[in-house]
Amino acid sequence: MTQTIAPQLDIERIRADFPILQQQVNGYPLAYLDSTASSQKPAVVIEAMDRYYRRYNANVHRGVYQLSEQATEAMEQARSKVARFIGAKSAREIIFTRNTTESINLVANAWGRSNLKHGDRILVTEMEHHSNLVPWQIIADATGAELDFMPIDGSGRLALDELPRLLSEQTKLVAVTQMSNVLGTINPVKAITVEAKKVGALVLVDGAQSVPHFAVDVRDLDIDFLAFSGHKMCGPTGIGVLWGRKEILQAMPPFLAGGSMIRQVGLRRSTWNDLPHKFEAGTPAIAEAIGLGCAVDYLSAVGMDAIHAAEQQLTTYALEQLAGIDGLTLYGPPVAERGGVISFNLDDVHPHDVAAVLDRHGVAVRAGHHCCQPLMEIFNAPATARASFYLYTTQAEIDQLVSGLEKCKEIFR
Amino acid sequence: MDDFYQQNILDHSKHPRNSGRLGQPTVSREELNPLCGDKLHVDLLIEDEVVTDVRFTGRGCAISQAAASMLTEEIKGKSVAEVRAIGKDAVLELLGIPVGYTRLKCALLGLKAIKAGVYGLTDEELDDDELS
Ligand SMILES: Cc1ncc(COP(=O)(O)O)c(C=O)c1O
Repeated sequence: MTQTIAPQLDIERIRADFPILQQQVNGYPLAYLDSTASSQKPAVVIEAMDRYYRRYNANVHRGVYQLSEQATEAMEQARSKVARFIGAKSAREIIFTRNTTESINLVANAWGRSNLKHGDRILVTEMEHHSNLVPWQIIADATGAELDFMPIDGSGRLALDELPRLLSEQTKLVAVTQMSNVLGTINPVKAITVEAKKVGALVLVDGAQSVPHFAVDVRDLDIDFLAFSGHKMCGPTGIGVLWGRKEILQAMPPFLAGGSMIRQVGLRRSTWNDLPHKFEAGTPAIAEAIGLGCAVDYLSAVGMDAIHAAEQQLTTYALEQLAGIDGLTLYGPPVAERGGVISFNLDDVHPHDVAAVLDRHGVAVRAGHHCCQPLMEIFNAPATARASFYLYTTQAEIDQLVSGLEKCKEIFR
Repeated sequence: MDDFYQQNILDHSKHPRNSGRLGQPTVSREELNPLCGDKLHVDLLIEDEVVTDVRFTGRGCAISQAAASMLTEEIKGKSVAEVRAIGKDAVLELLGIPVGYTRLKCALLGLKAIKAGVYGLTDEELDDDELS
């Protein structure tokens, strides 16, 4: 007998892995619907970091004594885990940074300053997080390059048909988010890459929202850089990743300079260490790297496809429930083209007030411009409230959100 | 819940006092709260070192709008020196609710605009530390 197994999550078991979820807030069970801003951490991740500090805390790549060996090995194992997780050819292509923001700034500075010149163009999209927009503004100013913008349509999809018009021989880089942190839109990175390659442009993908939520394979996507953050994928804060093609990374000058990134230092000149160390100046976030490695193991064991499928189901359910609330405006594309992120506004109540009422209801949602001010302008909303889901989110939490919104309507009637 | 969105806060935010613009303000000031996109424009009419009229327009959350509305009532008729002396605690007292760290910026946006406006009369800059 053959059977097709639909990927299913054992939510109750998963929730038991997250100590923070077992609490009440303002008399209600905590409904944490802000994983897009930062995810919660399973006990195994917290314990892995605790173990490092209690048993083998030492600096890495320096000592020959046992503790330092152990710490170095644990950190480098974490690097290999991350490499496998995103399909990188080599662990040397994994550069540990603080977060997505630092990863993108690394590329903007190290690659941008040495590869961009007057007249060159950088193509970004109108839905970028500030961290994939502002570094390019600064580097464009510094090099004389110009920015172009891929527009979005009314439901928050990239206008792909504009691509051929926007790309030219002058386009040196396309910087695009794989999933919008406001609209939830999942962008067709592969199709964009195909077009970008035709004009010889490199492609940088902001994976802050994609890597935590579905399987991302850098070789399959055929991209050149991928940036993401540990804290959004069950790992700790303070650790992020830049993946880059080895040839490109090798040709790039360093970003930050100092210890660890050098091969030989003279008073006037120095030479650089091999990858990835060339881009990791100073003592790294060791515990955090170990924690991220553990988070990657955790996510892999649950299964990225199962996580994505469960989030699609929840999003479908949530969109249905929310659509039933009178006066609620929903932003973003239909469920087939989005992940578990839903931005909304309730009548003319300010999203901060919505979020404050929901908080009294035990529901944690984000309110604000979500670091996407240009996008907010396009939708003519100074801010939105945003609920987002992850592997531990339940249908009951969505129901709690809906009843909190009903309460909100009462208060601001 | 009821302790937070008290009736007077809802009332001030829905029906802001001194709303609008002045024809010939002595000084105007616009402030933004980048956290939530709140925006406030304040016009002050100052005669003989006294705030004789004030108007504001803005968009934002109930807390920022209510606090600004309450403040405009508070400062009308006060001397410039008195307005300069208004601090964070006075605004929190007007609101009468506990305001957490993240909402403090909302609550103080009106005060920021008013004080920065008044300071501007003598080419002084408002130091943000004054509001914390
Ligand atoms: C799409 C996207 N890009 C970049 C970032 C920045 O991530 P970090 O603050 O970890 O650098 C975020 C986080 O909010 C995001 O959602």
